[in-house]
Amino acid sequence: MKSLKASGHALASSAAQLDLIEGDNFGKLGLPSFHEQLGHIGLFPLKPTQIDIFQVNIGKMCNQVCQHCHVDAGPDRKEIMTRETMQQCLDALAQTTIGTVDLTGGAPEMNPDFRWFVTELTKLGRHVIVRCNLTIIVANPKYHDLPEFFRDNNIEVVSSLPFYNADKTDRQRGKGVFADSIRAMKMLNDVGYGVEGTGLLLNLVYNPNGAFLPGSQEGLKRQFKRVLKDEFDLTFNDLYAITNIPVSRFLDYLLKSGNYDGYMEKLVNAFNPGAAVGVMCRNTISIGWDGQLYDCDFNQMLDLTVASPITHIRDFNADTLNQRAIIVNEHCYACTAGAGSSCGGNTV
Amino acid sequence: MQTYYDPADLKKFGKIGEFQKEFADKFFAYYGAVFAEGALTAREKSLIALAVSHTVQCPYCIDAYTSDTLEKGCSEQEMMEAVHVAAAIRGGATLVHGVQMMNKAKELSM
Repeated sequence: MKSLKASGHALASSAAQLDLIEGDNFGKLGLPSFHEQLGHIGLFPLKPTQIDIFQVNIGKMCNQVCQHCHVDAGPDRKEIMTRETMQQCLDALAQTTIGTVDLTGGAPEMNPDFRWFVTELTKLGRHVIVRCNLTIIVANPKYHDLPEFFRDNNIEVVSSLPFYNADKTDRQRGKGVFADSIRAMKMLNDVGYGVEGTGLLLNLVYNPNGAFLPGSQEGLKRQFKRVLKDEFDLTFNDLYAITNIPVSRFLDYLLKSGNYDGYMEKLVNAFNPGAAVGVMCRNTISIGWDGQLYDCDFNQMLDLTVASPITHIRDFNADTLNQRAIIVNEHCYACTAGAGSSCGGNTV
Repeated sequence: MQTYYDPADLKKFGKIGEFQKEFADKFFAYYGAVFAEGALTAREKSLIALAVSHTVQCPYCIDAYTSDTLEKGCSEQEMMEAVHVAAAIRGGATLVHGVQMMNKAKELSM
């Protein structure tokens, strides 16, 4: 399977996606816009609180081509962060007290400067999260020692595992992904990740494999823990339930499957003002592979650069960025549905 | 095409209070309490509801509890097993009456 970009799909264009998200397709549903909803609860324009999380997308290259991927990542994507831009990230971080650095992709480990970057981040004394898709660990011998590398740098590992069986996981993430994920989880458990008392965090990410919302995060966590322990003798710490965002490949899926209208209606009807208060873009800054700044990884994929005089990491200034208004659109409903959704799971 | 069942009507369920508010309010409060986590998990209750939906053959309920069980992380195998439980009980309920038929037949026969 190819990325939308490599296959020349119209939705590879962020402008085409935005046309769908905010245009007639949404308008014909007669639902309130996200701006309006925020206005009703006094949150528009949406302003940042402060930057607590520095999320860096170090490239769109990935060993998987997942059906729901908002990045449109894949082996055919060559956009990856250079060491020079990584150094600009380090310089920006050094002038702040931002506590958490969240590395994502693609498969961030495929960036040839990944290990150098992680090591330098660790020297700055920040808490580093790596969003690891699990299968990269077993994809090639050169990645087999990633669990030890993560452990030695005290990295928090956050890994996608959308279901506790092969059928659903493979339908979403590709044939054989579940079996490889289980092998990789075993390797992580073997060095202490997800094992009680080690302090090495392995958190899983669940996302629905279709046009429905995630249920109770606690209920899903209980079920995953039980099945993974009973059937595979695997353990993990926490589980984050994340709502699929109607962007890129998931947007394509919604349209192709005839689920777009129903899904958007579900999101809008599940709007939770409490979740809107706690949306992740209020305390996160997202950095693209080329150093551009965004309110979140989803806005990044829609090329919605921050509405600030500072738009690139080389010019980073937290005070100036904290004055900006966060760019919102109809896709933002996914973060405010139900118990809320963020890169760290529920927000309420 | 007009049909007796319209999927769009499911979304209007909450509006039944328009004709009798007091009972509707009581019903929905009760309904919410029944499906909350309790001695049974919300997930287990959802699977029971899916099975019962098939027994009462309510298309609204089948749609609603198919979505709900998916949201609660049930596998498709679990969902179908729940439907088989409903089918087995329905089938068994028919067959167990065969005993009555046998009793009566024996009573009337030489």
